[in-house]
This record gives sequence, C-alpha cells and structure tokens, in this order.
Amino acid sequence: MPPHPCETCHTSRAQILRPSTGTRLCAPCFTLAFETETAATITSSQLFHPGERIAIGASGGKDSTVLASVLQTLNARYAWGLELVLLSIDEGIAGYRDHSLEAVKRNAEVLGLPLKILGYEELYGWSMDEVVAQVVRKGNCTYCGVFRRQALDRGAAALGVRHVVTGHNADDVAETVVMNLLRGDLARLGRGTSLVTGTGGLEGGFASVKRSKPLMWAYEKEIVMYAHHMRLDYFSTECIYSPEAFRGSARTLIKNLERIRPESILDVVRSGIDMARLVPGAGGEGGSRSRRVEAMSRDVEDDTGGGCSGGNGEDAGGEMARVEETLRLNERADEEGTETEIRLPAKATNGQRHDRDVVHTGPAGKVLSPTVNGQNHDRHRHTSNNATVPHRTKQEKKPNCKAASDAAPPRQRLGQCERCGYLSSQAVCKACMLLEGLNKARPRTGIEVGGAGG
Amino acid sequence: MTDSIPIAVEFTGGLELLFSNQRKHQVALPASNPEGTPSTVGYLVKWLCENLIKDPRKEMFVLDDSVRPGILVLINDADWELEGEEKYELQANDEIVFVSTLHGG
Repeated sequence: MPPHPCETCHTSRAQILRPSTGTRLCAPCFTLAFETETAATITSSQLFHPGERIAIGASGGKDSTVLASVLQTLNARYAWGLELVLLSIDEGIAGYRDHSLEAVKRNAEVLGLPLKILGYEELYGWSMDEVVAQVVRKGNCTYCGVFRRQALDRGAAALGVRHVVTGHNADDVAETVVMNLLRGDLARLGRGTSLVTGTGGLEGGFASVKRSKPLMWAYEKEIVMYAHHMRLDYFSTECIYSPEAFRGSARTLIKNLERIRPESILDVVRSGIDMARLVPGAGGEGGSRSRRVEAMSRDVEDDTGGGCSGGNGEDAGGEMARVEETLRLNERADEEGTETEIRLPAKATNGQRHDRDVVHTGPAGKVLSPTVNGQNHDRHRHTSNNATVPHRTKQEKKPNCKAASDAAPPRQRLGQCERCGYLSSQAVCKACMLLEGLNKARPRTGIEVGGAGG
Repeated sequence: MTDSIPIAVEFTGGLELLFSNQRKHQVALPASNPEGTPSTVGYLVKWLCENLIKDPRKEMFVLDDSVRPGILVLINDADWELEGEEKYELQANDEIVFVSTLHGG
C-alpha cells in the first residue's frame, strides 16, 4: 500500500489513524492535536482557574502518566500558572503496586513534579494484601475502591489541594455507561459521565474535593499512541487481585464495538450523558435538584470508574455470582418447601435492603415470591425501578439513589463520620464500617502462641 | 529450506509477559507461508503463537486466529490500519510493535 501523507502537514508519512475522525496524521501532528483537544476540554468547561493547585492521581499506568505529561505541557504552553503535584496511593499489593510506584517516581523526576505517596497501611492499618488474606477475594475490590476514594481525598487535603484530576479516558467512561445500563444503576450513570464531580467548596464545614477527568474524551488507543510516540515511561500490568469481573465483559463489548465502528465509543459516552439527564434527581450535572443531591449521593465512598480492569470499586463479578447463587438456592428451597418466606411491606428500597437484617429461615436475604419467575413477579408489584434482584453494591446505602421514578429523594444530612471525620452522610463512613468488619475478624497477632503472625 | 526474512518484533503494554518477559525479539520469519504466498503480518501472528510464545495464555494475544481487539499493531512505527492490517506483506528488517491497551491506567 502506498504510504499516506499526513493530512495536516501533508509532508510526513501518516503514522496514526485517529479513531474518532478517521484522519491520518504523522506523529508530531497527532501529539499536537491530542494536546490541543485536551486543552479545549479544559478551557471550554473552565475546569481550572489560574494558579490553582491540582493533584494528579498517578498510578504509574498509561492514563495517569499521559495525563501528567500533557498537563505539564499545557500548563507551560498556555501559561495557566497551575501548581501540579502527583498523588499516588499505595494499596499495598506486592508484585503490582510496588512496581508501578517505581514508574510514578521516575515520572515525578522526569517531569520535575512533587510526589506524595499515601498508603493504606498508614491510613487504615491494613494493606490490600492483608485485606485479601482476610476476606479471601470476596469483595476485595470493594474494599480497595472505598479505601482509595478516601485516600485520594485525604491525600488532597494533606497537600492543601481542593481538586484532584484522574486519567479516566473515553473507553473507561463508555465501559461504565454500559455496565450501569446492564445493571440498571441509573444513579451512577450521572456521576460516571460527569467531567467534574464534587464542588471543591466547603460543605458542612468539611472541604469537599473536586474531581475531574480531563481525558474523558480521549480514546484509550490515542492515549497509548501518545505515550508511545512521546516515549513516556509507564507500567502496565493488571492488578493481581482483579477477578473475572463485570467491567471485563463491558470492556470486551466496547473493544469489539470499536473494531467495527470506532466512533461508537464517544457515541456511547454521549448517550450516557443524555440518559443521565433523564434520571430525575439522581443525574449528574443536569438535573434541577441534582447538584445538591449529586454532591452528596455521588460515590462519596468509593473510587470507581476504570482503574482496575477487574474491579471498579465494587466486586461486581463476585457480587453477581453471589446473587445468582442466592437465587438458585431460593428456587431450590421453594421447590422443596424447605423455607418459609418472610415478606416485608412493599416499601421498595428500604424493604429489600432491610432484608439483610431480618432473621429468616433461608440462606438468602431476598424477598422473592414463590415462583421460579420470582423476579418478574416482583417487577409487577413494585413501581420503582429496583424491584428485581438488586445488584446493589455495598456502597449503595442511600435509598434516594434508587428512588428514581416518583419519590423525591429524602433529605440528606451531610456531615462527618464520627470516627474519622471524613465527609459522609452516615454517622459512620463506609471506610470505617469496612475497617470495623476487618478488625473484628482479624486474628489476634503476636499474642497467639504458635500462630502465624500478621 | 525456505528463505527467511529478519523481522524485529517488540511487545509492550504487558504482552512481554507472554514472551519470556522480553520486549524485543529478532525473528527469522519464513519468507512465504505454507500456502506459498508472501508472508503477511497475519502469518507472523500465527507464527509467533506457534514458535515464540512461552506462556500458555495465548488468548491474551490472539482471539480466533487474529490479534485480540485492544492490542495495537505498529508496522514501522505506523498504525497497521494504514498499511493493510493483517494483509501487509512483510519486508526484511521491518519493525513490528504489539502494544496492549488492556490494562489499568
């Protein structure tokens, strides 16, 4: 095939075929286009203000490495006067995070940016390796996501920063849209597709950290190409604990879609944004009540969205498996008549949620009617959109997130966790709750005679 | 004995795991494939799976006989989509880079 000339400079040979537009560019023209488009995303939404102090969530992976490099370049080129710092979270995963942290350190040196590393061990007294040893891969991604979210916010506070940027790209957001659609998680649709979440202001006396994803419109493929042609140094391995998880299925779908029609990725993101606007009260940037509700009902407690190929802040794969197992057990019990069913009054969300606390005869905590089509039956009875098997993650503790159709979201009190002071709408924040569970179950170390130490 | 052409192959983005943790490889690819036609990138991929891959997890590299979606292929530093993808006929001393994007960032 004869070489194509670059469509911008018409002189060099084309090296990149841009998925969004199909244009063919040489490497220098491409990198310039990539940088310029990122700048446009930032300026058109007024993402930063001059002189702002920004923490870049840096994992050492391709997205955050490119993000840091591009922000540094743009900051200099356009004289935004931003103060950039790198913030890295050490979950304590040997063989994974320790290697990627080396990459972050190298980047910090190359870019000349200060770096802060915050570890789960020092923040919570638990490293992820220890958590996994304790919970044995059941929901470990949940812990990681919840802890990471808080860790990033605390790190930001320690740095005196009100704004954290992360390297989420268009593919990540598209995957999130697909996942949330497949799970009927309308509340998350808004948050996942927002360029910015949080206000960066003072709410209830506690600083709320603003989060944004400047690379939201950038294709993953282009990020990789940018890193390749700029010879950026990044670390690329999957977290050793990522289960066969739901995001993996969404990712496969997105990748296959991209192959057939590359524009699909951005189209899915745009559709997600449009659909989020239709969700009353729980939308992202769009809805009327949304801003206040959104700021509170956002993933205050977990860091979701694409970092881990497996998890996404919740053990979706594991949880689905558990739910399916539960259903199977239920069906079998119904057929054999070995269980009686306790029905709570049909108060959609609260009813089902409280099942977990109710003493019941079966192994499951779900209210299902005694037919094999238990789920469908439920759908007719309840009017809300969560009548079927609630793929409710451990993070979904706020009823108003799901009461989408008719009810106005109940008033939320935004306050502080009484244990650690973190921003939370509960008395005790999610991280502290998880920690309590971990600590209670923790084998006594050092005291046991002959026991294997921690 | 068929002629062979020297090809420089590079694996990044985590793919090197499958190839003895080595990023760069110099291979001597048969100049024509078993059907007698000039070797293409598609044939190179098959050949790598049979001869160079050391890890049993072939599905990280190929899916149904072609490169897995999510792995970018560069032929002499240009996107393979610009060069005919799998149908590109290899020349001596071509540089092929396989970059995986399938990992967290």
